[in-house]
Amino acid sequence: MKNAGEGLTYLGLRLATYSVVLVIGYILADIIWHGIPALSWEFLSGPPRQSGAAGGILPAIVGTFYLVSGTLLVALPLGIGGALYLSEYATRNRLTMAIRLAISTLAGVPSIVFGLFGLGLFVIFCNFGASILAGALTLACMVLPTIIVACEEALLAVPQGLRSSSLALGATKWQAIRTNVLPYSLPGMLTGTILAIGRAAGETAPILLTAAAFFLPRLPGSIFDQVMALPYHLYILATQHPEAEKVRPMQYATALVLLLLVLGITMGATILRSRFRKKYRW
Amino acid sequence: MAQRRWQEKAIQLTLVAMATTSLLVVVLIFLFLGKEAIPFLKDPGIARLLDRQWMPVSFQQEHFGLLPLLTGSLVVTLTATLITVPFSVLGAIYIAEIARPLEREFLKPFIELLASIPSVVLGFFGLVVLAPLVKALFGLPSGLNGLTGGLLLALMAIPTVISISEDAITSVPRHLKQASLALGASELQTILRVTVPAALPGIIAAVMLGMGRIVGETMVVMMVTGNAALVTLNPFQSVRTMTATIAAEMGEVSFGSIHYSALFCVGVVLMLVTFVLNLGAQRVLKRYGMMT
Repeated sequence: MKNAGEGLTYLGLRLATYSVVLVIGYILADIIWHGIPALSWEFLSGPPRQSGAAGGILPAIVGTFYLVSGTLLVALPLGIGGALYLSEYATRNRLTMAIRLAISTLAGVPSIVFGLFGLGLFVIFCNFGASILAGALTLACMVLPTIIVACEEALLAVPQGLRSSSLALGATKWQAIRTNVLPYSLPGMLTGTILAIGRAAGETAPILLTAAAFFLPRLPGSIFDQVMALPYHLYILATQHPEAEKVRPMQYATALVLLLLVLGITMGATILRSRFRKKYRW
Repeated sequence: MAQRRWQEKAIQLTLVAMATTSLLVVVLIFLFLGKEAIPFLKDPGIARLLDRQWMPVSFQQEHFGLLPLLTGSLVVTLTATLITVPFSVLGAIYIAEIARPLEREFLKPFIELLASIPSVVLGFFGLVVLAPLVKALFGLPSGLNGLTGGLLLALMAIPTVISISEDAITSVPRHLKQASLALGASELQTILRVTVPAALPGIIAAVMLGMGRIVGETMVVMMVTGNAALVTLNPFQSVRTMTATIAAEMGEVSFGSIHYSALFCVGVVLMLVTFVLNLGAQRVLKRYGMMT
């Protein structure tokens, strides 16, 4: 029944979709293909030498790990608490509406503006200096809306009946939440949070102004130290290095490590989530 | 009993306080951007921002005109949007209405994968692979220009726009499609004349959200647009966006200088632009009941 015109339209739709797929595949293949030969144990476990032209990226990996852990430590409790309030306690009042508006506003703020904000508040006003602390707090503000939304979704997925049956047995509101809601929504909250954190690990703009140092061969000793970070390291190697062509293998290897880290976190969380979804099917 | 009631109250108050953090952060963002931007508006004055040049470091006369940065952001945003829209809309239609279930299971996560590639990695790819390609293809003196930036930004926006548009298309009530099919329209006629028009508000909102992401993106544009502050709307020329200006120059200014304050002014403008785009998108989504 399909005529030629319809066939062409179908072809066009399919072509548009698969050209996007092709481009993604090409980018991944390019990074992996050029990155793998430059990877070595020394690269992963050694400090950089000759301002990044040789040696490894261990301090950058450790720095990113510290920043991400700090972000998680701050943003996870705030996100869970905020989501609990919004989904379990909040009534339709001015405060709730203001909070919801704030969350959607926050979600749209450009990452570099978070950098400016972190610079103004944490680095200068609070006098933390450019440090792990300032960087992690800035990143935490950035991922907070995503985490709240993810946690709220996980809470909403728990059937209402579980709450009411607990309340009917005489539990207080918090008891009902603690025993009948939190245990079932926790996996969803955690995986949603991990997804948000994966994005934070790859962000450059906010830490550019608040935490990152380019060449710091030793590991950070306290949360008030500056750190190297993978995304920032890649940026500097690719654009600021005097011999950018010569250090190309180092650039590709750093890009690959960052890519694997972020994709690994994201895919891990996605797989976990689908597993939990299968486990609790209401 | 009294103790338990007190405990309940305390927990609720803690949760309210935690939820209010987001509100606090938004207020603090406006406060601190304003606080650092105001010195510029006071001393050199707001008129200096209307200059036609951005030349913050100079031996004779510094210029802090926002115009080249605004046109820079405009060029890459428009280029990226023009590339994003056809691919995203066609892709969303294909995934939502045409792809077989198994195909959809592969396409959706694969395209979402693109959203999780760090922007600095995309920027690096652009610098090393795409820019030389653009240079050779169009016979330009340099591949670092608005077009290269626009292409990469489109890649960043496409997954967002596809996934929201696809939601909009999928949520078109089934009876609309069935009515159209029952009247003898073909599957394709139904998709193009009934489903897509019904989902249009959602698709428009998706594009606006995508534009918000594009305007605010920093690393990609800083790495591949060449960063020359020219007043131009030509995507084949090097441009300097607002985001790249802040990121590139903030590291070199002394705190509290005019230049420092001027960069916060750029941040305020950027914040307002994205705020308007996002608010607009949410209005559209809410008006048509596509957001809970």
